[in-house]
Amino acid sequence: MTATATENSTGVNYLNVQYGIRSWLLTTDHKRIALLYLASITFFFLIGGISAVLIRIHLIEPQGALLQPATYNKMFSMHGIVMIFFFLIPSIPATMGNFLIPMMVGARDLAFPRINLLSWYIYVVAGLFTVYALIAGGVDTGWTFYTPLSTTYANGQVMAAALGVFIAGFSSILTGLNFIVTIHKMRAPGLTWSRLPLFVWAMYATSVIQVLGTPVVAVAIVLVGLERMFQVGVFDPALGGDPILFQHLFWFYSHPAVYIMILPSMGVVSELVTCFSKKRIFGYHFIAYSSLAIAAISFLVWGHHMYVSGQSVYASLVFSALSFAVAIPSAIKVFNWTATLYKGSVSYDSPMIYALGFIGLFTMGGLTGMFLASLATDIHLHDTYFVIAHFHYIMVGGALMGYLGGLHFWWPKITGRLYPDAWARFAALVIFIGFNLTFFPQFVVGYLGMPRRYAVYPEEFQVLNIMSSAGASILGVGYVIPLIYLIWSMRYGPAAGPNPWGATGLEWQTPSPPPTENFEQLPVVTEDAYEYGSKEAHVV
Amino acid sequence: MSDGRAGALAHHFEDLDQQHEASSLGMWLFLATEVMFFGGVFAAYTVYRGMYLPGFEAGSHHLSIKLGAFNTVVLLCSSLTMALAVRAATLGKRRHLITFLALTLALGLTFVGVKLVFEWYHDYETGLAPGINWALAGPHSRGAELFFVFYFTLTGIHALHMVIGIGILAVLIGMAARGRFTPEGSNAIEMTGLYWHFVDIIWIFLFPLLYLIGAHY
Repeated sequence: MTATATENSTGVNYLNVQYGIRSWLLTTDHKRIALLYLASITFFFLIGGISAVLIRIHLIEPQGALLQPATYNKMFSMHGIVMIFFFLIPSIPATMGNFLIPMMVGARDLAFPRINLLSWYIYVVAGLFTVYALIAGGVDTGWTFYTPLSTTYANGQVMAAALGVFIAGFSSILTGLNFIVTIHKMRAPGLTWSRLPLFVWAMYATSVIQVLGTPVVAVAIVLVGLERMFQVGVFDPALGGDPILFQHLFWFYSHPAVYIMILPSMGVVSELVTCFSKKRIFGYHFIAYSSLAIAAISFLVWGHHMYVSGQSVYASLVFSALSFAVAIPSAIKVFNWTATLYKGSVSYDSPMIYALGFIGLFTMGGLTGMFLASLATDIHLHDTYFVIAHFHYIMVGGALMGYLGGLHFWWPKITGRLYPDAWARFAALVIFIGFNLTFFPQFVVGYLGMPRRYAVYPEEFQVLNIMSSAGASILGVGYVIPLIYLIWSMRYGPAAGPNPWGATGLEWQTPSPPPTENFEQLPVVTEDAYEYGSKEAHVV
Repeated sequence: MSDGRAGALAHHFEDLDQQHEASSLGMWLFLATEVMFFGGVFAAYTVYRGMYLPGFEAGSHHLSIKLGAFNTVVLLCSSLTMALAVRAATLGKRRHLITFLALTLALGLTFVGVKLVFEWYHDYETGLAPGINWALAGPHSRGAELFFVFYFTLTGIHALHMVIGIGILAVLIGMAARGRFTPEGSNAIEMTGLYWHFVDIIWIFLFPLLYLIGAHY
């Protein structure tokens, strides 16, 4: 690329340009809003994490070691609602997407900076509803809010929790809309679509799902609300309604939502693998288009959640075939990342360890998904711990590993500081080991027949459950270590310089931390992405 | 003129064209989310209409086609005045702009007024409000009740969009009176126009789906 990395001549950057709480709460700078999101989603990650800890402590004993069965139901519901709607969905888009997309496309800000700030406030309001639901007694429907349980039988704070999810949806829609417009209309001169970083492609595909999927779950929640408030029969079979219709509407969003969580991580891993192999990415166009293919097919597979709900066999057959189809673009990515590693100069800095962890764990999560997409095996595995293990391999082993890898990769850009990489590599290893010890036994115990969402289980499953709980405690330690050294690095870390990894990409050609409008003068792009190996790329 | 251009351009855009294209695309995307939102209720409506067709017919026969048709005409006229307002804004005719925005607002209020006073309140009085005051008996009562659930949900969400649109129009009239819009800097008028036409089109779908099931003239 043409622009050269320079130290910030004036020393003014987006962090020190203004001080005080007002300058943060009223900011329209995408980088500051990204940090507001980072703080809020970390808070919700802690809440979701605490409920996970309580679940795993409870399941050490077959009769349940800690909680009343009703409390246990509320605990796993809160774990799901908080982790999905308040951590995973906004995680990479609202933090790294917000911070990086304008810089990666060579713009001063997102297309709609005030809407960007509004989306954070909406997220906070939604979060308050959820925290209220938690404090006021919790909700026991599971994160899926299935009817008629949620409309007729559940006694908890269903409305408060559902309203929280409903409002959070607007935040998600506005973020996605902002990204799509920015990527279409704000690219720097010379930055054609086929020169865009793959992270931007992945975020584009994610945003399409956010914009098109989220309104459908919103309307499903509205109908649940109407049924609960007025006792009319939209989904209640006793009043002529159809409970399966709720599942259709819910999964029409909530299956694509899985790809809202994993696609951004795939984008991050594409950046990491090529940077730490010091080699051009293999199959750029295949990786770019496979993101769009995943987004498109993701809207056609929701019925695979409903094989045992009384859905027509022929519908199930089609949904099964389409679910296998969505594995193809995912596999294309994995093969291309692996091919990028081949004969590359691979270095094992901490972001790369997360990326390699992602590739392995995501592959396991994806392949076990094929077991669940098959009609016959799903009858046996449906609603068992096999499903829990499968989606945690995708959501934690995949999405969260990508999130942490990206956070470590761009942390020097965000804060201008380096963290101790030895500690970071150690933490990545602890997380990898803890994760596998937590969730691999769940594949086995699920295959043996332990159902999800029960507060008690037969004694023969105890050994596997203790392994899982032990792994969870290791995993917990693994998450605390980065929290400590990253906060430490903000004050005591050595200065990073504009491009500590020798990476390509416009975001590395501006000082760390970047100035308020990102570039001293807007860049002009004359090369493809990932020109590793050319002489400019070795500027460190 | 050059001052107006500088004032209308936000700091992060290169030029007014880029800014205009960005707001257009943003608005169309927003309307796409609205299509998906209404699409969810339309899908549910379709399922139950198939399951309870006689009940849906019975329910539909309790609606007044005359009032529905009147409101349809009112909304179509409001779309015309909205389009004229956008035209006036791009030509820089401030008095025309204010007049047409005010006409659009008045027609919008007429629509919501008719809906509220002559339709919803009447339905409530005559026992056609499921869950609040439901008095319809007969063999197809259950299906008719579901019909009215969807009738109130769809027209309610639509009316909420109308009210939001009316609020935006009021703000725009105030801004236009203070001379805030220039021919180059009138994105807000154009985007509100897109929104208003969209809400109009939704009604064009609602009218036959709700009022015209099983012809009853």
